[in-house]
Amino acid sequence: MPDTVISVENLYKSYLVGHQSAERERYSSLRDVVARNVRNLTRKTADLIYGRQIVQGDEVEEFWALNNVNFQVNQGDVVGIIGRNGAGKSTLLKILSRITEPTKGRISIRGRVSSLLEVGTGFHPELTGRENIYLNGAILGMTRSEIRKKFDEIVAFAEVDKFLDTPVKRYSSGMYVRLAFAVAAHLEPEILVVDEVLAVGDVQFQKKCIGKIDDVAKQGRTVLFVSHNMVAVRSLCSRAILLQDGIIINDAEVNEVADRYLRDGIEAGGLIEWNDPAKAPGDHSVKLKSIGIFCGGMEPGKVDIQKDFKINVEYWVLQENNRIIVSFHLHNSRGELVVTSGNMSSVSATYDPWAERPYPAGLYRTSCIYPGRLFNDGIYAVTVFINDGSVDRHHVLEREIVKFEIVDTGFMREEYQGPWLGSLRMKLPWSTEAVTVRPQSSRELASS
Amino acid sequence: MPASENVLVIEPGRAERHYWRDTWAYRELFAILAWRDIAVRYKQTIMGCLWALIRPFLTMVVFTVVFGKIAKLPSDGASPYALMVFAGMLPWTFFSMALAEASNSLIGNANLISKVYFPRLIVPTAAVMVAFVDFLISFAILVAMMAWYRFVPEWHILLLPGFVLMAFLASLGPGLWITALNVKYRDFRYIIPFVVQLGLYVSPVGFSSSVIPAEWRLLYSLNPMVGVIDGFRWCILGGESALYWPGFWLSIVVILFFLWFGVRQFRRTEKSFADLI
Repeated sequence: MPDTVISVENLYKSYLVGHQSAERERYSSLRDVVARNVRNLTRKTADLIYGRQIVQGDEVEEFWALNNVNFQVNQGDVVGIIGRNGAGKSTLLKILSRITEPTKGRISIRGRVSSLLEVGTGFHPELTGRENIYLNGAILGMTRSEIRKKFDEIVAFAEVDKFLDTPVKRYSSGMYVRLAFAVAAHLEPEILVVDEVLAVGDVQFQKKCIGKIDDVAKQGRTVLFVSHNMVAVRSLCSRAILLQDGIIINDAEVNEVADRYLRDGIEAGGLIEWNDPAKAPGDHSVKLKSIGIFCGGMEPGKVDIQKDFKINVEYWVLQENNRIIVSFHLHNSRGELVVTSGNMSSVSATYDPWAERPYPAGLYRTSCIYPGRLFNDGIYAVTVFINDGSVDRHHVLEREIVKFEIVDTGFMREEYQGPWLGSLRMKLPWSTEAVTVRPQSSRELASS
Repeated sequence: MPASENVLVIEPGRAERHYWRDTWAYRELFAILAWRDIAVRYKQTIMGCLWALIRPFLTMVVFTVVFGKIAKLPSDGASPYALMVFAGMLPWTFFSMALAEASNSLIGNANLISKVYFPRLIVPTAAVMVAFVDFLISFAILVAMMAWYRFVPEWHILLLPGFVLMAFLASLGPGLWITALNVKYRDFRYIIPFVVQLGLYVSPVGFSSSVIPAEWRLLYSLNPMVGVIDGFRWCILGGESALYWPGFWLSIVVILFFLWFGVRQFRRTEKSFADLI
């Protein structure tokens, strides 16, 4: 009988969200604007007096981020928590790590929990690497003597020994992340809760991180691991929980759940649309309206391996922007990044003048055509980026937001019918030349 | 590896049984956060911690000229006006800075609050420690001034730490309350500098509280800083400054009330900080 270390019973969490009512677009006379603002001010004042949360916008809605969640985790289990953006994964981790409290329900946890919801929490740019190790260690719950004991190990792991007394604001982003993860990696919790920390850093570093988590798991500690990276989830975890809209829709062996997750995107139709900018993903200046994958003659999200297909993104620009660049990443079902592209002039095969032009507010559509007879069949996920050409600040960054399936319609299949390996399936020019030809002697024929 | 036997239960509205013990367990984090704020405070400045000397000194000069020389207000007994002003200036600067730092502390540490658990109470308390370090630095000016005026303090000065504690608690109570409100309603960010500016003139910083008519003196002591500043002057200037005891006790009551109220409001809203910040 294994020991239960985490037990979650009937867990609910709600948030209040506000948005502008549809009225806003219909009436825009000064009188209406004044009347609406007065109404809003009155409501906010009333909220202040009664101690309620202030919500922007004029319609308030209750949103259930977690809706009756139940599960148990045993000592030594390594459990992956997966789901699309907004499925409630992060909320669940925040409640487990006591950052926020549930609306209803109960959790009991046995053992010391360390949660890593971000690497480098509390790092101060003005402080040196050495000082930040102590600061970050204390924030993650280590005592000073514990940090002192592991100090050399942390420095060696991060490979920053030369820059220990330099303020971290002068670090390269790679050094910064390495140092941050090194501190976290030397925690010794009984239960480790990790959220997508692997989304940062280069491939080499991500491997190191996964290796470290794997070590923790092998020591018989309990790990809860949230990620979009199915490769990492499959290799680390034995069990996975799939969340969708705050509900657990699958809790089973990891491969079964990961397959289900990858399939779900296709069933959603390969086209996602938001009708209300207030609810759409994006920042204050750009909001996503829709994203879809189209291939002539097929339903959205289905692509004939032999035909070109188009990824189409529509977005509202709410305030004038100097420059907007749209890029897509395509991941295959093994989590490998197959291709990245964007509409910058030197990247696009066709010239897109909007890549260099200021955008007045409005609704825009950007699309990219991918050739047929290039990708292998299978399920692909699209990550969309909308930014101003810099890589660290995005108006929209939606990871693996929509999926599509490239269907094998018999391309290159006359000779071989088994599974086709590799990321690409394209016709390449093969040729064979006879370099030297000699007539076969009768002796050679006889021996064969 | 055996799981430890302490079971943590997470439920809505569950008051933590070991709240104060938990807070004590996080004392290292408290120390390190206070140390961080102090270390960062004067980084990349030329004058460094001299700023903690220059600002109160210049204010003292201006007040001495305006209230002492131009308005010709009386000092406490025979003590030099500048010394009297500075004895009031010290606790006031400490209080106003502690209040301002504490009020903005939660918002300033929003990234911590939304990513890591720890008893939130240590954030504003650590912020007050920064003001305390500045207070210690500017205390050097007082010592220098006393030497300059050849002013020898009496035994009262031994009670000064008690009044420092009083100033600390006086700023912590409202500071906790306002920082909790600030998480929800950012309006308080704009209110605090205004209150601090106004308070400088409402509190007896530039003048002695003996200039207040006797019948209003008790009412005047509802301002908790009146008791603190009078106490400082009583300690530093000795017999030259008489302490008005009913007012002093009233200030203590007001301070304790705000402390109780601040902690209560803070703890009530503490768990929703991460959602609102």
